[in-house]
Amino acid sequence: MSYALREALAAFRRTPLLTMLSVVAIAFSLFIVGLFGLTAFNISQAVREVENKVEVVGYLRDDATAMQLQVAQEELRRLPEVQELRYVTKTEALATAMEEMKEFRDVFTDLESNPLPASLEVRLRPGQSSPEAVSRVAKRLQAYAFVEEVDFGDGWVEKIYTIRRLFGAAATAIGGAFALVAGIIIATAIRIAVFARREEISIMRLVGATDGFVQRPFVLEGIITGLLGGITAAALTWVAFAALNRYLFALKWLPSEWIVAVVVAGTVFGFLSSIVAVRRHLEAV
Amino acid sequence: MIRLSSVSKEYARSGAALRDVSFHVRKGELVFLTGHSGAGKSTVMRLIQMADMPSGGEVRVSGFSSKLIRQRDIPMLRRKMGVVFQDFRLLRDRTAEENVAFALEVTGTKRSAIAPRAHRVLTQVGLAHKARAYPDELSGGERQRVAIARALVNEPLLLLADEPTGNLDEWAAKGVFELFREINAMGMTVLMATHDLDLVRAHPQYRVIELSQGAVVYDSAPTPATREPQQA
Repeated sequence: MSYALREALAAFRRTPLLTMLSVVAIAFSLFIVGLFGLTAFNISQAVREVENKVEVVGYLRDDATAMQLQVAQEELRRLPEVQELRYVTKTEALATAMEEMKEFRDVFTDLESNPLPASLEVRLRPGQSSPEAVSRVAKRLQAYAFVEEVDFGDGWVEKIYTIRRLFGAAATAIGGAFALVAGIIIATAIRIAVFARREEISIMRLVGATDGFVQRPFVLEGIITGLLGGITAAALTWVAFAALNRYLFALKWLPSEWIVAVVVAGTVFGFLSSIVAVRRHLEAV
Repeated sequence: MIRLSSVSKEYARSGAALRDVSFHVRKGELVFLTGHSGAGKSTVMRLIQMADMPSGGEVRVSGFSSKLIRQRDIPMLRRKMGVVFQDFRLLRDRTAEENVAFALEVTGTKRSAIAPRAHRVLTQVGLAHKARAYPDELSGGERQRVAIARALVNEPLLLLADEPTGNLDEWAAKGVFELFREINAMGMTVLMATHDLDLVRAHPQYRVIELSQGAVVYDSAPTPATREPQQA
C-alpha cells in the first residue's frame, strides 16, 4: 500500500467523527440531488406515458358533409405529428358514453335525438406531443369550418413541464446549499488534519518531500470521503424510493447511470474541496 | 558548497535579522557558526535550506541560487542536505528506525531499499540496538543520533546542524560532535550553529564564523572570494 493511501486511511482512524461528519454532509447534499433525480425521472416517465395517450379531439357540427370529412381526414393524416386518426360517429359517441357513464344510461336512453357530436380523434406520435405540437394540431383542426370545438387537455402538458422545472430549481438551490456546507466541513476536516500532522509535514518538507507528495494523503482522504458520501447518498435515495414505493405510490427506480453519476459527483466534490483546502492550509505550516 | 554574498534579511515584524553577510563554505569543511541567541545563526540556517529567501544578496547552495530557484526545485535542494535541530524533531509515534525510514519513504525511495538503508545508517550512528525504541524511550543523545541518522539516510552532501548539542549534557554533546567529525572525515560538509563556546575552543582546528547582531564579526579562515569563483 502506498504511503499516501496508508496515511489517508489513518486519518479516518485518527478523527473518525470529523470524517463521518464530512461523509454525512456530502451524502445529504447528494441525497437532495438524488431525490430530485428520482422525482424528475418519474415525472418524465409519467409524461412519456401520458404523451402516448395525448389526443386532440375535434367535435364536429352536425351539418358536416361526408365529402368535407374525407378531405379533412386525408389532410390531417399527412401531418407529421399525427399517429392515428379516428372518426367517431354520433352513434359511436353515444354508445361509448353509455358504456362509460352507466349511471346516466337512463338519461341517454330516454333522449329523442342523439345530443352528442361526432368527432375526429387525433392521436399524436410519441415524441411529437410537446405543448407546441399539441397546440399546432389543435389549431389546424380548429381551422375547419365544420369543427365546432377542439379539446386537448387544457394545457396540462405545460403544467407538468412547469412542475418539473420548479422541482429542478428547488433541488438546485437546496442541493447547492448542502454542497456549500459539505465543502466547509471538508475544508475544516482538512484544516484539523493538517494541524494534527504539522510536525510530520514540516519534517517531510525538511527532508525534501515534494509538495505533491505532502498533499496527496489529504487529497486522497477527500476523495475517499466523497466516494463514501456518494455511496451513502445513493443508498439513502434508494431507501426513500423503497419507502415511497411501498407506502405512497408506485415509482420507477433510477437508471444505473444516474446512480453512478451521484457517486462520481461525490468523489469529484471531495477531490475538489480537499485540494483547495490543502493548498491553502499547507502554506501555513 | 555554500556561498552567501552580501546577504541581508529583514522580517516584516522583527526588522533586520542579517546585514551584508558574506561567507563561503567549501566542500568537505566543518565550520562552526557561533554567536549569541538572536545573532542570526538560525536565519542563516533557514536561508541555506531556502525555507526563507534573502531580502538582498544571494545564497548559493550546491548549485542552486536563491535568485533562480523555483519553488518546485526546493525539495531537490533539501535532498542534498541533512538538517539536525536542537529539539531533534522526531515523530513520537514512530520507532527510531521508522523515523529514519520516514525520510526515505517520503522522498520516493523504493520500498525494498528502505529498511536496509535505515538499518545501515542507524548502525553508523551507533544505535542499531535501539532501532525498535520510540523517541520517548531514548536519551537526549540517542534521540539526536536518530535525528542525525535521518539527516544522513538520503546521503546528502551537506549537513546543517542548528544547536545540535543545545539540549544535551556534556557527555552526550561530545558524543554527538564526535559523530559529526567522523561524518566530516568521510567527506561531508558540515555547518554547525552553536553557542557552546567550550566545544568550539576545544576544537581549534575547525573554522569559526561568528555572527553578532546579524553581521559577520569574525571568520577564522575566510575563503578568498576569488579562489573558486565558479563553485558555490
